[in-house]
Amino acid sequence: MELNAKIPSGPIDQKWTKHKFDMKLVNPANKRKYSVIMVGSGLAGASGAASLAELGYNVKCFCYQDSPRRAHSIAAQGGINAAKNYQNDGDSVFRLFYDTVKGGDFRSREANVHRLAEVSGNIIDQCVAQGVPFAREYGGLLDNRSFGGAQVSRTFYARGQTGQQLLLGAYQALEKQIGLGQVEMYSRHEMLDVIVIDGMARGIVVRDMVSGELQVHMADAVILSTGGYGNVFFLATYAKGANGTAAWRAYKKGAAFANPCFTQIHPTCIPVSGEYQSKLTLMSESLRNDGRIWVPKAVGDKRAPGDIPEDERDYYLERIYPSFGNLAPRDVSSRAAKRVVDEGRGVGPTEVGVYLDFADAINRLGEDKIRERYGNLFEMYERITDENPYKVPMRIFPATHYTMGGLWVDYNLESTVPGLFVAGEANFSDHGANRLGASALMQGLADGYFVLPYTMGNYLGSNKFEPVQEDHPEVIQVVTGVEERIRSLLALEGSRTVMDIHRELGQIMWEYCGMARNKEGLETALQKIPALREEFWENAIVPGTFSELNQSLEYAGRVADFLEIGELMCRDALTREESCGAHLREEHQSEEGEAVRDDENFSHVAAWEYTGEDSEPKRHIEPLEFEYVALATRSYK
Amino acid sequence: MNLTLHVWRQKDARTKGQFVKYGAPDISDDMSFLEMLDVVNERLVLEGEEPIAFDHDCREGICGTCGVVINGRAHGPRDRTTVCQLHMRSFGDGDEIWIEPWRAKAFPVIKDLVVDRTAFDRLIAAGGFVSVRTGSPQDANAILIPKVDADLAMDAAACIGCGACVAACPNASAMLFTSAKVSQLALLPQGKPEREMRVKKMIARMDFEGFGNCTNHGECTVVCPKAVSQENIARLNREYLRSTVVADRRLEA
Repeated sequence: MELNAKIPSGPIDQKWTKHKFDMKLVNPANKRKYSVIMVGSGLAGASGAASLAELGYNVKCFCYQDSPRRAHSIAAQGGINAAKNYQNDGDSVFRLFYDTVKGGDFRSREANVHRLAEVSGNIIDQCVAQGVPFAREYGGLLDNRSFGGAQVSRTFYARGQTGQQLLLGAYQALEKQIGLGQVEMYSRHEMLDVIVIDGMARGIVVRDMVSGELQVHMADAVILSTGGYGNVFFLATYAKGANGTAAWRAYKKGAAFANPCFTQIHPTCIPVSGEYQSKLTLMSESLRNDGRIWVPKAVGDKRAPGDIPEDERDYYLERIYPSFGNLAPRDVSSRAAKRVVDEGRGVGPTEVGVYLDFADAINRLGEDKIRERYGNLFEMYERITDENPYKVPMRIFPATHYTMGGLWVDYNLESTVPGLFVAGEANFSDHGANRLGASALMQGLADGYFVLPYTMGNYLGSNKFEPVQEDHPEVIQVVTGVEERIRSLLALEGSRTVMDIHRELGQIMWEYCGMARNKEGLETALQKIPALREEFWENAIVPGTFSELNQSLEYAGRVADFLEIGELMCRDALTREESCGAHLREEHQSEEGEAVRDDENFSHVAAWEYTGEDSEPKRHIEPLEFEYVALATRSYK
Repeated sequence: MNLTLHVWRQKDARTKGQFVKYGAPDISDDMSFLEMLDVVNERLVLEGEEPIAFDHDCREGICGTCGVVINGRAHGPRDRTTVCQLHMRSFGDGDEIWIEPWRAKAFPVIKDLVVDRTAFDRLIAAGGFVSVRTGSPQDANAILIPKVDADLAMDAAACIGCGACVAACPNASAMLFTSAKVSQLALLPQGKPEREMRVKKMIARMDFEGFGNCTNHGECTVVCPKAVSQENIARLNREYLRSTVVADRRLEA
């Protein structure tokens, strides 16, 4: 397997411009002869499908939800970054590029990140023109706020519902194309395999989740915008249905899986309250603009937060990282929270939590101002915990939130399978080992609105596509494989529920492949996961039948894949003998517990190749070069 | 706490459904309503019965996927709350809870508590958008929008498309949903060029899908998890009236 990133030559700020000129075009009359499949309808999927359809390509779009508007991009709260410098505070494309490369702890590709920063401004223009109601100042100009890992205010927001508003903008553009007949929409359809013919991705197999029918859809190219695989942890901030199946099926068809161990643990989530818990809820990072994070100085201090005097509190982020304070990046903040909890200074009934306190901000700005900024988040917190955060500090703790790892793609967003493109969280490319806040929305929309429309044209214009019939032997073989797998899932009549097994997998992953990892733990996980997988295939229960709406079957298929993805994550974490960003190997940390990178041996992307059910995956390397942002130890002090 | 559930079970769209009684013992106050259903379902699976099908996804009140009628009220007893954000502390020990799907001609039942709401998507496709080609807009700050207008637009845009408004309406009308989108885009300068066409097409589509008319009961706003206001319906009516008197040429485009 060859990993050719296809990075254009020339100075970094001209690469994308030059590449856009060098790429092949498809003339307007010919565009209607091509067809493209888009799997997923989140920010990347909806914006990509709408933009490609607008150009004149025939697009089919698939999502497992009942409507494309439900994709989990909708849950993003805080905002979207863009290098507009509307605040006159020194922002620029280069600064956004610099912050993102540094924030990713030097494990992302410079050329991709620069392109992301370049198009960030266009995204805001596009969304405003669609009628996205971003927050405004009284003069009518757009408002901005700050996010972690940056010292400028470059984050645009729509109350605490930025993801919702951006997604609805893209969804409405998509619905317009559906209304025009340029996109055929298939909601409640789940992709279960990719069809690769003569080395090129030419279609997919999906299950109609209402009738159970398996369908084949053929096209000239396939795009996966299927999100991340963070639900491998069971408890995460993901939607319950979010899964890694599409990416995993593609991996088994030859798409390399890059940096699977890079998972983001978000520092500000509502702590776990009981065993029945089904998911964790994020409290936006924007809260750290005004909230102060603290724990008691003394171990085992059980007093109510209001009874603990100022001088007995440890505002540990402000103490350790004075220049970024409460806005230290996510990986750094999460680990700091874990450390104080491990020391026995955690708060709340389970003692696994830290305070996020708004008392100072309320004194300074008044309760009304805080309500205006964060009202819906405070309400959500109160609803879940039954505590009033205007009166008592919030309790928060880190939780799995995003996967920086994903299918390997080149500069054109094409995977190692020709014709199979990957966009948004599903690919690995832009965030390195740690994603900065408000950058996921930016990347999803950059890929969909501004990258795919160009690179897809180049791919379609550079290749010849023979028509493929649905009775092609390869198609029949893929469909048979999918059907057999469903039948073997339905044959499981053991004594453990799938959710119970998933929960156990989550515990293994959190314990050994969570915020801190070590060799011994990862080796233990690599023993436990295959054993649990065996138990799944022997002892799980999957009720219901093939030809009906069967949520148990859908879930079982996803968990079966998580049981394999988890193993690859641990394998990747074990092989990466360094700490970087969100990946902290305990063997490689400073005395203060900060990540210590090994640039000599690990300044690369690790991309895994599937080699068969009974053999170990093969690790390939794409070296990373840093010409414009000098390799340095990240410091937020 | 220990509860008794009466849950609507229906095999598919063609089969007649019925309420089935289930016990729900040992339920914690801190569970969400859907977590309570998870617990009941886990037990059903272990007992070899088929679990209750219900729609859900984000479980944080924003995706709009979940929604059932609880004791006669869409999304249950708490104001401004989706089912996934409703916690069992809103119920008491020994309560009997009746759970049924959204009921509306335009939302046929697929199975148990799951309904087909694709009519909402078709309403948006009819005109709930601003036509803007990717890559063509001018600088974002070139359009000045007074804060008060942006805020009103955001109030309307907060709609999550869950369908509770339709379920609660005695006429199964989609006026609140439709008016939220029409309002958002009519309030903003970006939406002005297409405003007459938009309101006409969306209302025609609403009728075509089999939604009823609005007779100002106001049930929709009461159950709306995002408290989308009835003012939007008034604005929709004004927009509709307005579209009947502006120059025809703009409608023929």
